Amino acid sequence: MLSPQAIEKIDYELTKYPADQRQAAVMSALRIVQTERGWLSNESISEVAQYLGMPEIAAMEVATFYNMYDLSPVGKYKITVCTNISCMLRDSDVIVDHLKSKLGVGFNEVTPDGKFCLKEGECMGCCGGAPLLHVNNTQMHEFLTTEKVDAILEELK
Amino acid sequence: MATKKAKLTIKAPVMTDLKGQTLLCLRTLTEENPAALETYIKIGGYSALKRIVTEKVKATDIITEVKNSGLRGRGGAGFPTGLKWSFMPRYFDGTKYLVCNTDEGEPGTFKDRDIIRYNPHQLIEGMAIAAYTLGARVGYNYIHGEIWQDFETFEAALHEAKAAGYLGENILGTNFSFDLYAVHGYGAYICGEETALIESIEGKKGQPRFKPPFPASYGVFGKPTNVNNTESYTSIPWILENGGQAFADLGVLNSGGTKLFSVSGHVEKPGNYEVKMGTPFNELLALAGGVWKGRKLKAVIPGGPSTPVMTAEAIMAATMDYDGLSKARSSLGAGSMIVMDETTCMVKALHRLSYFFYEESCGQCTPCREGTGWVYRVIDRIVNGKGKMEDLDLLTDISNNIAGRTICALGEAAATPVLSFIKHFRPEFEYYIQHGKSMVESQKC
Repeated sequence: MLSPQAIEKIDYELTKYPADQRQAAVMSALRIVQTERGWLSNESISEVAQYLGMPEIAAMEVATFYNMYDLSPVGKYKITVCTNISCMLRDSDVIVDHLKSKLGVGFNEVTPDGKFCLKEGECMGCCGGAPLLHVNNTQMHEFLTTEKVDAILEELK
Repeated sequence: MATKKAKLTIKAPVMTDLKGQTLLCLRTLTEENPAALETYIKIGGYSALKRIVTEKVKATDIITEVKNSGLRGRGGAGFPTGLKWSFMPRYFDGTKYLVCNTDEGEPGTFKDRDIIRYNPHQLIEGMAIAAYTLGARVGYNYIHGEIWQDFETFEAALHEAKAAGYLGENILGTNFSFDLYAVHGYGAYICGEETALIESIEGKKGQPRFKPPFPASYGVFGKPTNVNNTESYTSIPWILENGGQAFADLGVLNSGGTKLFSVSGHVEKPGNYEVKMGTPFNELLALAGGVWKGRKLKAVIPGGPSTPVMTAEAIMAATMDYDGLSKARSSLGAGSMIVMDETTCMVKALHRLSYFFYEESCGQCTPCREGTGWVYRVIDRIVNGKGKMEDLDLLTDISNNIAGRTICALGEAAATPVLSFIKHFRPEFEYYIQHGKSMVESQKC
């Protein structure tokens, strides 16, 4: 069951579209449910589809198409590091190696305590601040150094 | 979220030096609190909208002014904005839509982000003027998913503008009404393509539509829709305050106005620089502090990876405008300059770019879906020391067979770096294949 808080937020998104176009809010609705539950299970996706009155397969298509939806558990903090060209030119591989050794996981793995998951991201459109990462799809950290990464991880503990 | 009306207190950034820039789209950057409504009003913002709606300026007059300005689509295609506006049907029984494309995901592109976080009201005013001109009742600004904090800034600005009477029902007491909403992507480069973006607004996978029909006749929810880039809309208020000719005069022939250049990679001060069209490349490079660490320039991708890479020699002689870069056999694109110094291995750079296009192909057209993966695997084997000399012809052949055989331009975009990297830096690729290691990195040791 969708929580009353999630429903309130989804209803706000629905105000942006014509009344007969509820499906348009599916991107936001999936984001809202993922933020609340940590990731999107098949059940979560069907609850969203039912609430919006759209076929479950159509909601599933959206959830599997866009990179920022997580279809398996990602731990408490999902750290996504951009490795695309502008970040690569400014040594994002140093940041990635540091994160891997510090957390003891590779890309797409979750730490045994369920706290961190490391992901490789595609361009986030903030290349002026390269190298960079974001946490849980929301907090962007730019101009990274290994010291800065340590400080971010410390804060998340 | 539903009741949130955050106050906009965004501090002006310290990262880029404003000296030497001609601030038009980012003109609030000189102020203490650039994103706030009162800041924008203080510098004369919303005056063009006010004049237009209260004096009931004719739509055709506005379109003429925009045509005179020489403004061309800032998202990369460079299509004349005024001409695009004239494609929208004047009379339509139903809702017409206005869409802004803030879905920057092409590597090296980050200019629209600074508009929505530092000068959101100028974009809102530009969209309101466009809506008035084109008779659009509802608008959406589709914002790249990864820049969540900036999405919230823009949404707060929308609330501010609505509360002040610049959006919503009966704008400034007239009979003009326009509702504008912020919507977001969630990680798909392809949604920067306008019809994929429209599909995404409708709550679908972002797969591009066949054109025609074009969005002007069949867009959001099947209704006439005008889609422009963020920077294009943001230029509109200035054009109507100062006249189209004044805007055209800022630039050069065929490239009116100023342009935001996103400079990333090997420079001392990466960031956005707004300069007049036609600015020589070396001046722009100097604004960005020059090549970092005192190194030599090797190559520049001038407009994002979908534009051909240029050698240092070629770009140093070029001016930054549509004609200037097409004469130099590249393209202005979205003005996303990726600067590479002498230590850059071009094989590895292309390896990363080819992975990007493989990852981001939407999978709809076979040449792109299969071709981008094939290209990536061939470059990957070169990087892993298993390349064959005939691979270079194979890469060229695959790329030529992707380009022009797909529904959208992602096919061309994926082919361009492969063809241009091999063309300009072939000896580096040959060295890598022969020795199983990078030429540049071998020289370093």
